[in-house]
Amino acid sequence: MIALLLRDLRLAVRAGGGFGLSLAFFLIVTVLVPFGVGPEGGTLARIAPGILWVGALLACLLSLDRIFALDFEDGSLDLLATAPIPMEAVVSIKAFAHWLTTGLPLVLAAPVFGVLLNLPGPAYPWLVLSLAIGTPALSVLGAFGAALTVGLKRGGLLLSLLVLPLYVPTLLFGAELIKRGAEGGATAVPMLFLAGITAACIALVPFASAAAIRVNLR
Amino acid sequence: MAALLTLDSLAVARGGIAILEGVSFALGAGQALVLRGPNGCGKTTLLRTVAGLQPPLAGRILASPDIIAYGAHADGLKATLSVSENLAFWAAIYGQSHRLAPALAAMNLEALAARAAMSLSAGQKRRLGLARLLVTGRPVWVLDEPTVSLDGASVALFATALRAHLAEGGAALIATHIDIGVGEAVTLDLTALKARSPEAGGVRGGFDEAFT
Repeated sequence: MIALLLRDLRLAVRAGGGFGLSLAFFLIVTVLVPFGVGPEGGTLARIAPGILWVGALLACLLSLDRIFALDFEDGSLDLLATAPIPMEAVVSIKAFAHWLTTGLPLVLAAPVFGVLLNLPGPAYPWLVLSLAIGTPALSVLGAFGAALTVGLKRGGLLLSLLVLPLYVPTLLFGAELIKRGAEGGATAVPMLFLAGITAACIALVPFASAAAIRVNLR
Repeated sequence: MAALLTLDSLAVARGGIAILEGVSFALGAGQALVLRGPNGCGKTTLLRTVAGLQPPLAGRILASPDIIAYGAHADGLKATLSVSENLAFWAAIYGQSHRLAPALAAMNLEALAARAAMSLSAGQKRRLGLARLLVTGRPVWVLDEPTVSLDGASVALFATALRAHLAEGGAALIATHIDIGVGEAVTLDLTALKARSPEAGGVRGGFDEAFT
């Protein structure tokens, strides 16, 4: 299983692997928003948590269709399905690899992008924390969407339509956590909800993803 | 001698339509069975069913778990990984990393080991795909057109590897149009096993096939 994780990470950083693409997209979103909204610091600071979370969501979405589609096209998904690893584990590992190459860089780079949006000082630790807790759910749910659309040509758009609604709870509680953290309010409730959603996704969604892959391979 | 793989009046369906029925055979250690039949007669579907990628429509497949190594049309190679990285990945998945070097040697890939898979020719890719079987360490090879795009010398390499595999107590189920050069293989022509229409007493492929 480690072999599968290493292979996916290696493929991501090799030519055409798409590593860094999401990060660059995130950067562009956070640069463009101030241009569109205008330079008033107060407005920007108020909408920054939401913009950062929406940006992270869209950046995550960019690389989702690659999770299974490439393996499906070159036949390795068939071979993985007959390999001695349960499909649930394959799905979980590929989602984890996706998080390591997409979610984790976003978490680490988010404070820098926060500056561009004039995020207030006390909010920074909460920004990193909320993304760190929330983005694994994005990868796991995204892997489910990718599993559903794996056999389809141009399934990327359908994938976005399927997955974005599933991201709503994470978005709500993630942005709320930053907002409350910045204002010094009670952060326990949104944080626990965010962590609970992520934990439930990691525990349950791989079974649905594996079932979807099995049906799509028939 | 107990059979490694037994098919008991198996019927298989493609897209909800039964295409083969009454397929029965037993494959024991050291035996190779070659499936023949015209295009679209259900060779690939039968192999995918045996490999466990789709459920049979009727009948049973008797085999111990984890004995089948499936080799499909596509080789499952990653273009940006080198030959040895591709093979080492599958060896690690099957927990057989010690088989990596012999497999490279058996398929004459040692000179190409550091080459990226994208720069291989079609035949070289195929040889790498076949080397994958050698690193699985599994006794039953289920192969779909294994010798496509191989030259004469490479077909002979494959035949040698297959003979060695059979001599070690392995077995092989191979769908092919091309003579694989293993004389002891038994041939099964699937033309006669074409599924009858449901009206004529054949198995009905249900619409809800995907949900069962």
